[in-house]
Amino acid sequence: MSAFEFANQSTVQGDYTKVSCCRVVLRFQWVFTIVVEYAMEAISHAGTVLGVLAKDGVVLAAEKKVTGKLLDLSGTKEGGYGGSGEKIFLLNSNVIAGVAGITADANSLVNYARTAAQRHLYSYNEDIPVELLTQRLCDLKQGYTQYGGLRPFGVSLLYAGYDPHCQFQLYHSDPSGNYSGWKATCIGANNGTAQSLLKQDYKDEISVEDAVALVLRVMSKTMDSTTLGSEKLEFATLTVDPVTKKPKSKIYRPAEVDALLKKHDLAKKDEDAEMKTA
Amino acid sequence: MDSSFAITGKGYVIVAADMTAARSIVKMQSNEDKIKVLGSHLLMAFSGEPGDTVQFAEYIERNIRLAHIRNTYPLPPPSAASWIRRELADSLRSRSPYAVNLLVAGYDLPTHEPKLYWIDYLGTMAPVPFAAHGYGSYFALSLLDKYHDPEATVDEGLATLRRCIDEVSKRLIVTPGKFKVKIVDKNGVREVDF
Repeated sequence: MSAFEFANQSTVQGDYTKVSCCRVVLRFQWVFTIVVEYAMEAISHAGTVLGVLAKDGVVLAAEKKVTGKLLDLSGTKEGGYGGSGEKIFLLNSNVIAGVAGITADANSLVNYARTAAQRHLYSYNEDIPVELLTQRLCDLKQGYTQYGGLRPFGVSLLYAGYDPHCQFQLYHSDPSGNYSGWKATCIGANNGTAQSLLKQDYKDEISVEDAVALVLRVMSKTMDSTTLGSEKLEFATLTVDPVTKKPKSKIYRPAEVDALLKKHDLAKKDEDAEMKTA
Repeated sequence: MDSSFAITGKGYVIVAADMTAARSIVKMQSNEDKIKVLGSHLLMAFSGEPGDTVQFAEYIERNIRLAHIRNTYPLPPPSAASWIRRELADSLRSRSPYAVNLLVAGYDLPTHEPKLYWIDYLGTMAPVPFAAHGYGSYFALSLLDKYHDPEATVDEGLATLRRCIDEVSKRLIVTPGKFKVKIVDKNGVREVDF
């Protein structure tokens, strides 16, 4: 083999290796992109979670998907520290979160968030700022989009919180680890419809009371079922206690959700109840 | 032998620390700054074991700065003081503890209140209206009991500080010499000629 031929061949070989390397890199990127997109797709079929930021509080509502009528829901009737603990969770005394996506992943993230919040309290003797807690979770989520062999968390969250730096806040985070702050937003099934409804009806300087009404109205329009009830809906508000000036989160108990729906004239009608018992 | 004082007033905290660096019976320097500026609205006077003091103060200074960069807003004085206390308390139970006494003073922007914390090398922390460390504290605290006014103006606060320093200069066998005085209020940190 002449020197020229050898040089020529090596160039060809070199080029070939280079090309295949690029393909490997591209393939990796492609795989991760579709894995994250797959997670996002899964979330867009999950129960709707809706959040609205008001001037004196934040409102969260979530749709529970009832998987079948044989599912025993007697345990969730009373609710733990407030809600039935399926879609809306208390992360810290100043933050509540609504989750959409894979329930098991969500539970794991909620646990992580609570630990992160307590760790901050231990170090700084203050409630963790809302954006910082969101960042903690997003750093974790982002990590799973970067390394091979692991799947990302299939969960989107809405964080409603209060801190002295930025007052009331509403954040959204997705499986890729992106997060953003919102005045009103929605995740899960029919989020497009809900968002356009929110865009129409949201007003700056809205009060909590009006926000509650807005959330319920949008929720009743976007949910698959025609009637709302505590077995399908979770509800929570975060305000500041006028006396103590400390954030006060209220996750509604099932009975309170029904009372609220009745007050806003969205509760299911009696004939429906009759049909159910019949 | 070092002395440091701090006095809160209406919307401000005055922090003062002597400027001598001594070793044994020798005065090595008379222009040392023992008050670190930890942030736009946060001061820390440090005293104690020479060497430990500067090392610990610089460690705190940089970590407070890091927290500011990471979190986008600065740690408010109560959180900063809690974290500093934790660092001292953890250090106390380590193989090489820092023997440093601190006065952490700041202006809390969210609540618009002046804040002052007294911290010693054992990791004791107390929020206080006025504070002192070192030999100066034996003379100054009783004076401050009598003359401290939480509603005092800056000039009145400086007059009270003058009383303390004069008393220490008069009674302590070794006069502390010149003092560095810094004030933190809603406009931030500034140094005053004293």
